[in-house]
Amino acid sequence: MSSATTDTTVLLDPTNERRVATMERVGRPESLRGLTVGLLDISKARGDVFIDRLEERLSEMGADVRRYKKPTFTKPAPVDLRHEIATQCQVVIEALAD
Amino acid sequence: MTANHSTVPVLPDGLVIVVKRECETCRMVVPVITQLRGSGTTVTLYVQDDPSFPEGLNATHDADLAVSWHHDIETVPTVMRVKNGVEIERTVGWVRDEWERVTGVSGLGPDLPAFRPGCGSLSVDPDLVDRLRVRFGGSVLGARRVEVADLEDEFEAMFDRGWTDGLPVVPPTEQRVMRMLQGTTRAPSDVVAVVPPDLVEVTVEKIAINAVMAGCKPEYLPWVIAGVEAVCNDTFNIHGVLATTMPVGPVIVCNGPGTRAIGMNSGMNVFGQGNRANLTIGRAIQLVIRNVGGGRPGEVDRATHGNPGKISFCFAEDEIGSPWTSLATSRGIAPDTDALTVFPGEGPRCVVDQLARDPESLTNTFAACLRTLHNPKSVLAFDVIVVMGPEHARVYAEAGWDRERVLEELHARLQIPGDDLVRGAHGIAEGVPERLRGVTLPKFRPGGILLVHAGGGAGLFSAIIGGWANGEVGSQPVTKVVTK
Repeated sequence: MSSATTDTTVLLDPTNERRVATMERVGRPESLRGLTVGLLDISKARGDVFIDRLEERLSEMGADVRRYKKPTFTKPAPVDLRHEIATQCQVVIEALAD
Repeated sequence: MTANHSTVPVLPDGLVIVVKRECETCRMVVPVITQLRGSGTTVTLYVQDDPSFPEGLNATHDADLAVSWHHDIETVPTVMRVKNGVEIERTVGWVRDEWERVTGVSGLGPDLPAFRPGCGSLSVDPDLVDRLRVRFGGSVLGARRVEVADLEDEFEAMFDRGWTDGLPVVPPTEQRVMRMLQGTTRAPSDVVAVVPPDLVEVTVEKIAINAVMAGCKPEYLPWVIAGVEAVCNDTFNIHGVLATTMPVGPVIVCNGPGTRAIGMNSGMNVFGQGNRANLTIGRAIQLVIRNVGGGRPGEVDRATHGNPGKISFCFAEDEIGSPWTSLATSRGIAPDTDALTVFPGEGPRCVVDQLARDPESLTNTFAACLRTLHNPKSVLAFDVIVVMGPEHARVYAEAGWDRERVLEELHARLQIPGDDLVRGAHGIAEGVPERLRGVTLPKFRPGGILLVHAGGGAGLFSAIIGGWANGEVGSQPVTKVVTK
Protein backbone atom coordinates (compact mmCIF):
# COMPACT_ATOMS: atom_id res chain seq x y z
CA MET A 1 0.00 0.00 0.00
CA SER A 2 3.00 2.34 -0.08
CA SER A 3 1.79 3.50 -3.49
CA ALA A 4 -1.23 5.12 -1.85
CA THR A 5 0.81 7.57 0.20
CA THR A 6 3.04 10.52 -0.58
CA ASP A 7 5.85 12.00 1.45
CA THR A 8 4.75 15.63 1.38
CA THR A 9 2.07 16.58 3.87
CA VAL A 10 -0.94 18.25 2.32
CA LEU A 11 -3.26 20.03 4.73
CA LEU A 12 -6.78 21.31 4.17
CA ASP A 13 -7.14 25.03 4.82
CA PRO A 14 -9.30 25.54 7.95
CA THR A 15 -9.88 29.24 7.26
CA ASN A 16 -12.58 31.02 5.28
CA GLU A 17 -10.13 31.45 2.35
CA ARG A 18 -11.45 34.94 1.84
CA ARG A 19 -9.49 37.30 -0.34
CA VAL A 20 -10.12 40.65 1.29
CA ALA A 21 -10.69 43.38 -1.26
CA THR A 22 -8.52 46.41 -0.53
CA MET A 23 -10.27 49.74 -0.92
CA GLU A 24 -8.78 53.20 -1.30
CA ARG A 25 -9.46 55.45 1.66
CA VAL A 26 -11.42 58.57 0.88
CA GLY A 27 -9.12 61.61 0.99
CA ARG A 28 -9.09 63.55 4.25
CA PRO A 29 -11.10 66.79 3.92
CA GLU A 30 -9.16 70.05 4.34
CA SER A 31 -11.91 71.44 6.53
CA LEU A 32 -15.20 70.25 7.99
CA ARG A 33 -17.00 73.53 7.19
CA GLY A 34 -20.13 72.82 5.20
CA LEU A 35 -19.68 69.05 5.33
CA THR A 36 -22.26 66.67 6.78
CA VAL A 37 -20.71 64.82 9.71
CA GLY A 38 -22.48 61.73 11.10
CA LEU A 39 -22.05 60.90 14.78
CA LEU A 40 -22.84 57.24 15.51
CA ASP A 41 -23.76 56.45 19.10
CA ILE A 42 -23.24 52.73 19.71
CA SER A 43 -25.71 52.75 22.64
CA LYS A 44 -23.14 52.20 25.34
CA ALA A 45 -23.72 53.92 28.68
CA ARG A 46 -22.52 57.54 28.73
CA GLY A 47 -21.44 57.47 25.08
CA ASP A 48 -23.95 60.28 24.59
CA VAL A 49 -21.98 62.51 26.97
CA PHE A 50 -18.98 62.27 24.69
CA ILE A 51 -21.01 62.63 21.50
CA ASP A 52 -22.92 65.67 22.79
CA ARG A 53 -19.62 67.44 23.32
CA LEU A 54 -18.36 66.40 19.89
CA GLU A 55 -21.52 67.77 18.31
CA GLU A 56 -20.99 71.12 20.02
CA ARG A 57 -17.39 71.37 18.86
CA LEU A 58 -18.12 70.26 15.30
CA SER A 59 -21.05 72.64 14.95
CA GLU A 60 -18.79 75.49 16.06
CA MET A 61 -16.46 74.49 13.24
CA GLY A 62 -19.27 74.89 10.71
CA ALA A 63 -20.11 71.23 10.17
CA ASP A 64 -23.66 70.04 9.61
CA VAL A 65 -23.93 67.36 12.31
CA ARG A 66 -26.36 64.46 12.17
CA ARG A 67 -26.85 61.92 14.95
CA TYR A 68 -27.33 58.17 14.51
CA LYS A 69 -27.69 55.37 17.03
CA LYS A 70 -27.17 51.62 16.94
CA PRO A 71 -29.95 49.56 18.64
CA THR A 72 -27.34 47.80 20.83
CA PHE A 73 -23.60 48.06 21.28
CA THR A 74 -23.24 44.26 21.25
CA LYS A 75 -24.17 43.76 17.61
CA PRO A 76 -22.95 45.27 14.34
CA ALA A 77 -24.85 48.27 13.01
CA PRO A 78 -27.83 47.12 10.89
CA VAL A 79 -27.21 47.37 7.16
CA ASP A 80 -29.98 49.95 6.69
CA LEU A 81 -28.35 52.24 9.24
CA ARG A 82 -24.97 51.88 7.54
CA HIS A 83 -26.55 52.70 4.20
CA GLU A 84 -28.34 55.73 5.63
CA ILE A 85 -25.11 57.13 7.04
CA ALA A 86 -23.17 56.43 3.83
CA THR A 87 -25.71 58.25 1.67
CA GLN A 88 -26.26 61.23 3.98
CA CYS A 89 -22.77 62.01 5.30
CA GLN A 90 -19.33 62.87 3.97
CA VAL A 91 -17.66 62.10 7.29
CA VAL A 92 -18.61 59.76 10.11
CA ILE A 93 -17.35 59.46 13.68
CA GLU A 94 -18.16 56.30 15.63
CA ALA A 95 -17.76 56.79 19.34
CA LEU A 96 -17.05 54.05 21.84
CA ALA A 97 -17.39 54.91 25.49
CA ASP A 98 -17.36 52.98 28.72
CA MET B 1 -7.97 12.73 -5.97
CA THR B 2 -7.68 12.32 -9.74
CA ALA B 3 -10.26 11.21 -12.25
CA ASN B 4 -8.55 7.93 -13.14
CA HIS B 5 -8.41 6.87 -9.47
CA SER B 6 -12.14 7.23 -9.17
CA THR B 7 -12.85 5.37 -12.43
CA VAL B 8 -14.31 1.94 -11.71
CA PRO B 9 -12.17 -0.85 -13.26
CA VAL B 10 -14.32 -3.01 -15.56
CA LEU B 11 -14.45 -6.69 -14.63
CA PRO B 12 -13.75 -9.30 -17.32
CA ASP B 13 -16.62 -11.61 -18.26
CA GLY B 14 -16.80 -15.05 -16.71
CA LEU B 15 -15.94 -15.76 -13.11
CA VAL B 16 -13.94 -13.27 -11.06
CA ILE B 17 -12.47 -14.45 -7.76
CA VAL B 18 -10.71 -12.22 -5.23
CA VAL B 19 -8.40 -13.80 -2.63
CA LYS B 20 -5.51 -13.03 -0.29
CA ARG B 21 -2.79 -15.38 0.93
CA GLU B 22 -3.19 -14.35 4.53
CA CYS B 23 -6.70 -15.86 4.57
CA GLU B 24 -6.90 -19.50 5.54
CA THR B 25 -10.17 -20.04 3.66
CA CYS B 26 -8.57 -18.57 0.49
CA ARG B 27 -5.70 -21.07 0.83
CA MET B 28 -8.21 -23.86 1.38
CA VAL B 29 -10.15 -23.12 -1.84
CA VAL B 30 -7.08 -23.11 -4.14
CA PRO B 31 -7.90 -26.70 -5.35
CA VAL B 32 -11.45 -25.51 -6.12
CA ILE B 33 -10.10 -22.65 -8.27
CA THR B 34 -7.87 -25.16 -10.09
CA GLN B 35 -10.93 -27.38 -10.56
CA LEU B 36 -12.91 -24.44 -12.04
CA ARG B 37 -10.08 -23.55 -14.43
CA GLY B 38 -10.04 -27.23 -15.53
CA SER B 39 -13.79 -27.18 -16.20
CA GLY B 40 -13.33 -24.77 -19.09
CA THR B 41 -14.88 -21.81 -17.29
CA THR B 42 -13.10 -18.45 -17.72
CA VAL B 43 -11.73 -17.59 -14.29
CA THR B 44 -9.99 -14.26 -13.59
CA LEU B 45 -8.22 -14.29 -10.28
CA TYR B 46 -7.21 -11.23 -8.23
CA VAL B 47 -4.94 -11.45 -5.22
CA GLN B 48 -4.74 -8.61 -2.71
CA ASP B 49 -1.53 -9.28 -0.80
CA ASP B 50 1.04 -11.71 -2.26
CA PRO B 51 1.34 -11.63 -6.09
CA SER B 52 2.82 -15.17 -6.10
CA PHE B 53 -0.35 -16.59 -4.57
CA PRO B 54 -1.92 -18.98 -5.54
CA GLU B 55 1.13 -20.57 -7.08
CA GLY B 56 0.82 -21.36 -10.80
CA LEU B 57 -2.67 -19.87 -11.16
CA ASN B 58 -1.50 -16.60 -12.72
CA ALA B 59 -3.41 -14.23 -10.44
CA THR B 60 -3.51 -10.48 -11.11
CA HIS B 61 -2.10 -8.48 -8.20
CA ASP B 62 -4.67 -5.90 -7.02
CA ALA B 63 -1.73 -3.95 -5.62
CA ASP B 64 -3.48 -0.63 -5.05
CA LEU B 65 -6.75 -2.44 -4.17
CA ALA B 66 -8.58 -0.51 -6.91
CA VAL B 67 -10.55 -3.58 -8.03
CA SER B 68 -11.41 -4.56 -4.46
CA TRP B 69 -12.40 -1.01 -3.46
CA HIS B 70 -14.53 -0.20 -6.47
CA HIS B 71 -16.31 -3.56 -6.45
CA ASP B 72 -17.05 -3.42 -2.73
CA ILE B 73 -15.15 -6.56 -1.79
CA GLU B 74 -15.66 -6.88 1.95
CA THR B 75 -14.79 -10.57 2.38
CA VAL B 76 -12.28 -12.90 0.73
CA PRO B 77 -12.70 -15.13 -1.07
CA THR B 78 -15.41 -13.44 -3.14
CA VAL B 79 -16.68 -15.14 -6.30
CA MET B 80 -18.56 -13.02 -8.86
CA ARG B 81 -20.20 -14.02 -12.10
CA VAL B 82 -19.80 -11.24 -14.69
CA LYS B 83 -21.63 -10.83 -17.99
CA ASN B 84 -21.00 -7.96 -20.44
CA GLY B 85 -18.87 -6.27 -17.75
CA VAL B 86 -21.73 -6.34 -15.24
CA GLU B 87 -21.75 -8.40 -12.06
CA ILE B 88 -24.70 -10.80 -12.08
CA GLU B 89 -24.24 -12.37 -8.67
CA ARG B 90 -21.63 -13.11 -6.00
CA THR B 91 -20.90 -15.30 -3.02
CA VAL B 92 -18.40 -14.76 -0.21
CA GLY B 93 -16.40 -17.14 1.96
CA TRP B 94 -16.72 -20.85 1.15
CA VAL B 95 -20.24 -22.28 0.94
CA ARG B 96 -20.13 -25.21 -1.49
CA ASP B 97 -23.78 -24.89 -2.60
CA GLU B 98 -23.36 -21.17 -3.23
CA TRP B 99 -20.13 -21.63 -5.20
CA GLU B 100 -21.81 -24.31 -7.31
CA ARG B 101 -24.81 -22.07 -7.95
CA VAL B 102 -22.77 -18.98 -8.89
CA THR B 103 -20.21 -20.87 -11.01
CA GLY B 104 -22.66 -23.33 -12.54
CA VAL B 105 -20.13 -26.12 -11.86
CA SER B 106 -21.10 -29.01 -9.60
CA GLY B 107 -18.99 -31.33 -7.44
CA LEU B 108 -16.68 -28.56 -6.21
CA GLY B 109 -14.17 -29.29 -3.45
CA PRO B 110 -15.44 -32.76 -2.56
CA ASP B 111 -12.81 -33.10 0.20
CA LEU B 112 -13.64 -29.76 1.80
CA PRO B 113 -16.16 -29.04 4.53
CA ALA B 114 -19.46 -27.69 3.20
CA PHE B 115 -18.94 -24.31 4.79
CA ARG B 116 -16.17 -22.07 6.05
CA PRO B 117 -16.42 -18.32 6.63
CA GLY B 118 -14.08 -16.01 4.73
CA CYS B 119 -11.79 -13.27 6.02
CA GLY B 120 -11.94 -9.47 5.89
CA SER B 121 -10.89 -7.92 2.59
CA LEU B 122 -7.76 -5.72 2.71
CA SER B 123 -9.86 -2.96 1.14
CA VAL B 124 -11.90 -2.67 4.35
CA ASP B 125 -8.91 -2.98 6.68
CA PRO B 126 -9.35 -0.18 9.22
CA ASP B 127 -5.69 0.76 8.83
CA LEU B 128 -6.08 1.29 5.08
CA VAL B 129 -9.65 2.34 4.52
CA ASP B 130 -9.14 6.09 5.12
CA ARG B 131 -6.33 6.23 2.57
CA LEU B 132 -8.37 4.25 0.06
CA ARG B 133 -11.38 6.49 0.54
CA VAL B 134 -9.26 9.52 -0.29
CA ARG B 135 -7.54 7.79 -3.21
CA PHE B 136 -10.55 6.22 -4.88
CA GLY B 137 -13.55 8.01 -3.44
CA GLY B 138 -13.12 10.98 -5.77
CA SER B 139 -12.49 13.99 -3.56
CA VAL B 140 -15.65 15.70 -2.44
CA LEU B 141 -13.71 18.26 -0.46
CA GLY B 142 -13.39 21.79 -1.70
CA ALA B 143 -10.93 23.33 0.79
CA ARG B 144 -7.73 24.82 -0.53
CA ARG B 145 -4.80 22.40 -0.27
CA VAL B 146 -1.82 23.71 1.64
CA GLU B 147 1.39 21.82 0.95
CA VAL B 148 3.91 21.65 3.78
CA ALA B 149 7.49 21.25 2.64
CA ASP B 150 9.34 18.09 3.65
CA LEU B 151 11.76 20.10 5.76
CA GLU B 152 9.04 22.14 7.39
CA ASP B 153 7.59 21.02 10.73
CA GLU B 154 3.86 20.78 10.09
CA PHE B 155 2.98 21.71 13.67
CA GLU B 156 5.11 24.86 13.48
CA ALA B 157 3.65 25.58 10.02
CA MET B 158 0.15 25.61 11.51
CA PHE B 159 1.22 27.94 14.33
CA ASP B 160 2.88 30.22 11.75
CA ARG B 161 -0.31 30.42 9.71
CA GLY B 162 -2.31 31.51 12.76
CA TRP B 163 -4.58 28.45 12.70
CA THR B 164 -4.24 27.53 16.37
CA ASP B 165 -5.57 28.76 19.71
CA GLY B 166 -2.07 28.71 21.15
CA LEU B 167 -1.94 24.94 21.63
CA PRO B 168 -0.78 22.50 18.96
CA VAL B 169 -3.45 21.20 16.59
CA VAL B 170 -3.77 17.90 14.75
CA PRO B 171 -2.75 18.33 11.06
CA PRO B 172 -5.99 18.32 9.01
CA THR B 173 -5.01 15.94 6.22
CA GLU B 174 -7.60 14.80 3.70
CA GLN B 175 -7.58 11.31 5.23
CA ARG B 176 -8.35 12.62 8.70
CA VAL B 177 -11.02 15.00 7.43
CA MET B 178 -12.71 12.25 5.39
CA ARG B 179 -12.69 10.04 8.48
CA MET B 180 -14.16 12.89 10.55
CA LEU B 181 -16.95 13.31 8.00
CA GLN B 182 -18.02 9.71 8.65
CA GLY B 183 -19.43 11.08 11.92
CA THR B 184 -22.29 12.89 10.18
CA THR B 185 -24.85 12.09 7.52
CA ARG B 186 -24.70 15.68 6.27
CA ALA B 187 -22.96 16.44 2.98
CA PRO B 188 -19.56 18.17 3.26
CA SER B 189 -20.85 21.07 1.17
CA ASP B 190 -23.89 21.73 3.42
CA VAL B 191 -23.84 25.25 4.81
CA VAL B 192 -24.33 25.14 8.59
CA ALA B 193 -24.22 28.80 9.60
CA VAL B 194 -22.86 32.26 8.88
CA VAL B 195 -19.95 32.83 11.26
CA PRO B 196 -19.18 36.22 12.81
CA PRO B 197 -17.30 38.45 12.89
CA ASP B 198 -16.43 38.14 9.18
CA LEU B 199 -19.94 36.78 8.44
CA VAL B 200 -18.69 33.88 6.33
CA GLU B 201 -20.76 30.80 5.49
CA VAL B 202 -19.33 27.69 7.11
CA THR B 203 -19.79 24.25 5.55
CA VAL B 204 -19.80 20.85 7.24
CA GLU B 205 -16.38 20.33 5.60
CA LYS B 206 -14.80 23.40 7.21
CA ILE B 207 -16.25 22.38 10.58
CA ALA B 208 -14.81 18.88 10.10
CA ILE B 209 -11.37 20.35 9.31
CA ASN B 210 -11.41 22.38 12.51
CA ALA B 211 -12.76 19.39 14.47
CA VAL B 212 -9.79 17.32 13.28
CA MET B 213 -7.45 20.10 14.41
CA ALA B 214 -9.15 20.28 17.82
CA GLY B 215 -8.60 16.55 18.33
CA CYS B 216 -12.21 15.38 17.95
CA LYS B 217 -13.29 11.86 17.10
CA PRO B 218 -15.82 11.48 14.25
CA GLU B 219 -18.62 10.70 16.70
CA TYR B 220 -18.17 14.14 18.27
CA LEU B 221 -18.79 15.94 14.97
CA PRO B 222 -22.61 16.21 15.29
CA TRP B 223 -22.08 17.97 18.64
CA VAL B 224 -19.62 20.41 17.10
CA ILE B 225 -22.01 21.14 14.21
CA ALA B 226 -24.90 21.72 16.64
CA GLY B 227 -22.65 23.97 18.73
CA VAL B 228 -21.69 26.10 15.73
CA GLU B 229 -25.38 26.41 14.80
CA ALA B 230 -26.24 27.33 18.38
CA VAL B 231 -23.75 30.20 18.68
CA CYS B 232 -23.93 31.66 15.17
CA ASN B 233 -27.26 33.46 15.24
CA ASP B 234 -28.65 36.79 16.39
CA THR B 235 -30.08 35.26 19.57
CA PHE B 236 -26.81 33.95 21.01
CA ASN B 237 -24.86 36.72 19.25
CA ILE B 238 -21.36 35.22 19.21
CA HIS B 239 -20.21 38.47 17.60
CA GLY B 240 -20.88 40.34 20.82
CA VAL B 241 -19.69 37.49 23.05
CA LEU B 242 -16.40 37.54 21.14
CA ALA B 243 -16.01 41.31 20.89
CA THR B 244 -16.82 42.20 24.49
CA THR B 245 -14.22 43.35 26.97
CA MET B 246 -15.84 41.00 29.54
CA PRO B 247 -14.22 37.58 30.15
CA VAL B 248 -16.89 35.39 28.55
CA GLY B 249 -17.01 32.71 25.90
CA PRO B 250 -19.48 30.05 24.84
CA VAL B 251 -20.13 27.58 27.68
CA ILE B 252 -21.63 24.40 26.23
CA VAL B 253 -23.85 22.16 28.37
CA CYS B 254 -24.61 18.79 26.74
CA ASN B 255 -27.61 16.58 27.45
CA GLY B 256 -28.95 13.23 26.31
CA PRO B 257 -27.83 9.61 26.01
CA GLY B 258 -25.34 10.58 23.30
CA THR B 259 -23.20 12.34 25.91
CA ARG B 260 -22.65 8.95 27.55
CA ALA B 261 -22.21 7.15 24.21
CA ILE B 262 -19.30 9.43 23.29
CA GLY B 263 -17.83 9.29 26.78
CA MET B 264 -18.38 12.85 27.96
CA ASN B 265 -17.62 13.70 31.54
CA SER B 266 -20.45 14.87 33.79
CA GLY B 267 -18.84 13.78 37.05
CA MET B 268 -15.56 14.21 38.88
CA ASN B 269 -13.47 17.17 37.61
CA VAL B 270 -16.28 17.99 35.18
CA PHE B 271 -14.80 21.35 34.12
CA GLY B 272 -11.22 20.14 34.28
CA GLN B 273 -8.65 18.34 32.20
CA GLY B 274 -8.64 14.75 31.10
CA ASN B 275 -11.75 14.14 29.02
CA ARG B 276 -11.25 14.20 25.27
CA ALA B 277 -14.89 14.77 24.25
CA ASN B 278 -15.49 17.64 26.69
CA LEU B 279 -12.28 19.40 25.74
CA THR B 280 -12.23 18.92 22.00
CA ILE B 281 -15.90 19.66 21.22
CA GLY B 282 -15.65 23.07 22.88
CA ARG B 283 -12.27 23.68 21.30
CA ALA B 284 -13.51 22.82 17.81
CA ILE B 285 -16.34 25.35 18.07
CA GLN B 286 -13.89 28.05 19.13
CA LEU B 287 -11.49 27.11 16.30
CA VAL B 288 -14.37 27.58 13.82
CA ILE B 289 -14.97 31.06 15.25
CA ARG B 290 -11.27 31.80 14.92
CA ASN B 291 -10.45 30.27 11.56
CA VAL B 292 -13.70 30.62 9.63
CA GLY B 293 -15.20 33.63 11.40
CA GLY B 294 -11.87 35.43 11.74
CA GLY B 295 -12.47 36.09 15.45
CA ARG B 296 -9.04 36.45 17.01
CA PRO B 297 -7.88 37.90 20.34
CA GLY B 298 -6.53 41.40 20.00
CA GLU B 299 -8.54 41.93 16.83
CA VAL B 300 -12.34 41.70 17.17
CA ASP B 301 -11.91 39.81 20.47
CA ARG B 302 -11.27 42.69 22.88
CA ALA B 303 -11.47 40.82 26.21
CA THR B 304 -9.76 42.62 29.09
CA HIS B 305 -8.82 39.35 30.78
CA GLY B 306 -10.63 36.55 28.96
CA ASN B 307 -10.68 33.23 30.78
CA PRO B 308 -9.11 29.79 30.25
CA GLY B 309 -12.53 28.47 29.23
CA LYS B 310 -12.24 30.43 25.99
CA ILE B 311 -10.06 27.57 24.74
CA SER B 312 -12.87 25.14 25.57
CA PHE B 313 -15.66 25.08 28.13
CA CYS B 314 -17.95 22.15 27.43
CA PHE B 315 -19.40 19.50 29.73
CA ALA B 316 -22.29 17.08 30.13
CA GLU B 317 -25.04 17.20 32.72
CA ASP B 318 -25.16 14.22 35.09
CA GLU B 319 -28.69 13.12 34.23
CA ILE B 320 -28.49 9.61 35.66
CA GLY B 321 -27.74 10.86 39.18
CA SER B 322 -29.91 13.95 39.00
CA PRO B 323 -33.05 14.35 41.10
CA TRP B 324 -34.36 16.81 38.50
CA THR B 325 -35.35 17.07 34.87
CA SER B 326 -32.38 17.99 32.70
CA LEU B 327 -31.47 21.49 31.58
CA ALA B 328 -32.41 20.66 27.97
CA THR B 329 -35.79 19.26 29.02
CA SER B 330 -36.46 22.34 31.12
CA ARG B 331 -35.83 24.34 27.95
CA GLY B 332 -38.41 22.45 25.90
CA ILE B 333 -36.45 19.52 24.49
CA ALA B 334 -38.03 16.04 24.77
CA PRO B 335 -36.44 13.83 27.47
CA ASP B 336 -33.58 11.55 26.37
CA THR B 337 -32.90 13.65 23.29
CA ASP B 338 -29.36 14.68 22.46
CA ALA B 339 -29.13 18.45 22.72
CA LEU B 340 -26.75 21.18 23.79
CA THR B 341 -27.27 24.57 25.37
CA VAL B 342 -24.85 27.44 24.80
CA PHE B 343 -24.44 30.16 27.40
CA PRO B 344 -22.15 33.21 27.33
CA GLY B 345 -20.16 32.47 30.46
CA GLU B 346 -17.10 33.39 32.46
CA GLY B 347 -15.02 30.88 34.42
CA PRO B 348 -16.71 28.81 37.14
CA ARG B 349 -16.38 29.66 40.81
CA CYS B 350 -17.01 27.50 43.80
CA VAL B 351 -19.92 27.67 46.25
CA VAL B 352 -18.93 26.06 49.56
CA ASP B 353 -21.47 24.95 52.13
CA GLN B 354 -20.48 21.91 54.15
CA LEU B 355 -22.91 22.29 57.01
CA ALA B 356 -26.35 22.79 55.49
CA ARG B 357 -28.53 19.70 55.79
CA ASP B 358 -31.83 21.44 55.08
CA PRO B 359 -32.83 23.09 51.80
CA GLU B 360 -33.63 26.48 53.31
CA SER B 361 -30.16 26.93 54.78
CA LEU B 362 -28.47 25.73 51.58
CA THR B 363 -30.60 28.04 49.46
CA ASN B 364 -29.57 30.95 51.68
CA THR B 365 -25.95 30.17 50.87
CA PHE B 366 -26.61 30.01 47.13
CA ALA B 367 -28.54 33.28 47.23
CA ALA B 368 -25.78 35.04 49.18
CA CYS B 369 -23.13 33.87 46.69
CA LEU B 370 -25.27 34.67 43.66
CA ARG B 371 -25.97 38.12 45.04
CA THR B 372 -22.31 39.05 44.48
CA LEU B 373 -22.24 37.99 40.82
CA HIS B 374 -20.20 40.53 38.81
CA ASN B 375 -20.98 43.17 41.44
CA PRO B 376 -23.20 42.91 44.52
CA LYS B 377 -24.98 46.01 43.26
CA SER B 378 -25.56 44.76 39.73
CA VAL B 379 -29.09 43.54 38.98
CA LEU B 380 -30.98 42.11 36.01
CA ALA B 381 -28.14 42.59 33.54
CA PHE B 382 -26.64 39.10 33.70
CA ASP B 383 -27.86 35.49 33.76
CA VAL B 384 -26.10 32.65 35.58
CA ILE B 385 -25.67 28.88 35.48
CA VAL B 386 -25.78 27.13 38.84
CA VAL B 387 -23.99 23.81 38.54
CA MET B 388 -25.25 21.87 41.53
CA GLY B 389 -22.89 19.23 42.88
CA PRO B 390 -24.45 15.84 43.73
CA GLU B 391 -23.94 16.25 47.48
CA HIS B 392 -25.79 19.57 47.47
CA ALA B 393 -28.50 18.22 45.14
CA ARG B 394 -29.08 15.37 47.60
CA VAL B 395 -30.15 17.86 50.28
CA TYR B 396 -32.87 19.12 47.95
CA ALA B 397 -33.81 15.62 46.75
CA GLU B 398 -34.29 14.40 50.34
CA ALA B 399 -36.51 17.39 51.09
CA GLY B 400 -38.55 16.76 47.93
CA TRP B 401 -37.70 20.06 46.22
CA ASP B 402 -37.99 19.81 42.45
CA ARG B 403 -36.22 22.05 39.93
CA GLU B 404 -39.02 24.62 39.95
CA ARG B 405 -39.05 24.82 43.75
CA VAL B 406 -35.30 25.34 43.94
CA LEU B 407 -35.41 28.14 41.36
CA GLU B 408 -38.46 29.75 42.94
CA GLU B 409 -36.81 29.81 46.39
CA LEU B 410 -33.59 31.22 44.94
CA HIS B 411 -35.39 34.03 43.12
CA ALA B 412 -37.39 34.78 46.26
CA ARG B 413 -34.16 35.30 48.22
CA LEU B 414 -32.68 37.54 45.55
CA GLN B 415 -35.15 40.45 45.74
CA ILE B 416 -33.01 43.43 46.70
CA PRO B 417 -34.14 46.82 48.07
CA GLY B 418 -33.24 49.65 45.68
CA ASP B 419 -31.80 51.56 48.64
CA ASP B 420 -28.96 49.03 48.73
CA LEU B 421 -28.42 49.25 44.99
CA VAL B 422 -28.39 52.94 44.09
CA ARG B 423 -25.17 54.59 43.03
CA GLY B 424 -23.10 55.48 46.06
CA ALA B 425 -24.93 53.18 48.48
CA HIS B 426 -22.57 51.30 50.83
CA GLY B 427 -19.75 53.55 49.63
CA ILE B 428 -19.74 51.99 46.18
CA ALA B 429 -20.11 54.24 43.15
CA GLU B 430 -21.40 51.42 40.97
CA GLY B 431 -25.15 50.93 41.11
CA VAL B 432 -28.58 51.70 39.69
CA PRO B 433 -29.93 55.25 39.16
CA GLU B 434 -31.12 57.17 42.22
CA ARG B 435 -34.74 57.11 40.99
CA LEU B 436 -34.86 53.36 41.83
CA ARG B 437 -34.44 54.06 45.54
CA GLY B 438 -37.43 52.54 47.34
CA VAL B 439 -38.07 49.99 44.57
CA THR B 440 -37.32 46.29 45.09
CA LEU B 441 -35.30 44.79 42.24
CA PRO B 442 -34.56 41.14 41.42
CA LYS B 443 -30.92 40.13 40.98
CA PHE B 444 -31.91 37.94 38.01
CA ARG B 445 -34.60 38.27 35.37
CA PRO B 446 -37.22 35.48 35.24
CA GLY B 447 -35.51 32.42 33.74
CA GLY B 448 -32.14 34.02 34.35
CA ILE B 449 -30.90 31.17 36.57
CA LEU B 450 -30.07 27.97 34.67
CA LEU B 451 -29.81 24.91 36.89
CA VAL B 452 -27.55 22.00 35.93
CA HIS B 453 -26.60 18.87 37.89
CA ALA B 454 -22.95 17.85 37.51
CA GLY B 455 -19.76 17.12 39.40
CA GLY B 456 -18.11 14.38 41.45
CA GLY B 457 -19.91 12.35 44.07
CA ALA B 458 -17.84 13.66 46.98
CA GLY B 459 -17.69 17.28 48.08
CA LEU B 460 -20.35 19.63 49.43
CA PHE B 461 -19.62 22.11 46.67
CA SER B 462 -21.34 23.57 43.66
CA ALA B 463 -20.31 26.08 41.02
CA ILE B 464 -21.72 29.22 39.51
CA ILE B 465 -20.92 30.48 36.03
CA GLY B 466 -21.68 34.16 35.50
CA GLY B 467 -23.08 35.40 32.22
CA TRP B 468 -22.87 38.43 29.98
CA ALA B 469 -25.27 41.19 28.91
CA ASN B 470 -28.55 39.33 28.62
CA GLY B 471 -31.74 39.72 26.65
CA GLU B 472 -32.16 41.19 23.21
CA VAL B 473 -29.40 43.76 23.67
CA GLY B 474 -26.83 41.03 24.37
CA SER B 475 -26.95 37.26 24.32
CA GLN B 476 -29.60 34.68 25.15
CA PRO B 477 -28.88 31.01 25.89
CA VAL B 478 -29.73 28.81 22.91
CA THR B 479 -30.59 25.09 22.99
CA LYS B 480 -30.23 22.92 19.87
CA VAL B 481 -31.02 19.29 19.20
CA VAL B 482 -27.99 17.27 18.07
CA THR B 483 -28.62 15.13 14.98
CA LYS B 484 -26.30 12.79 13.13
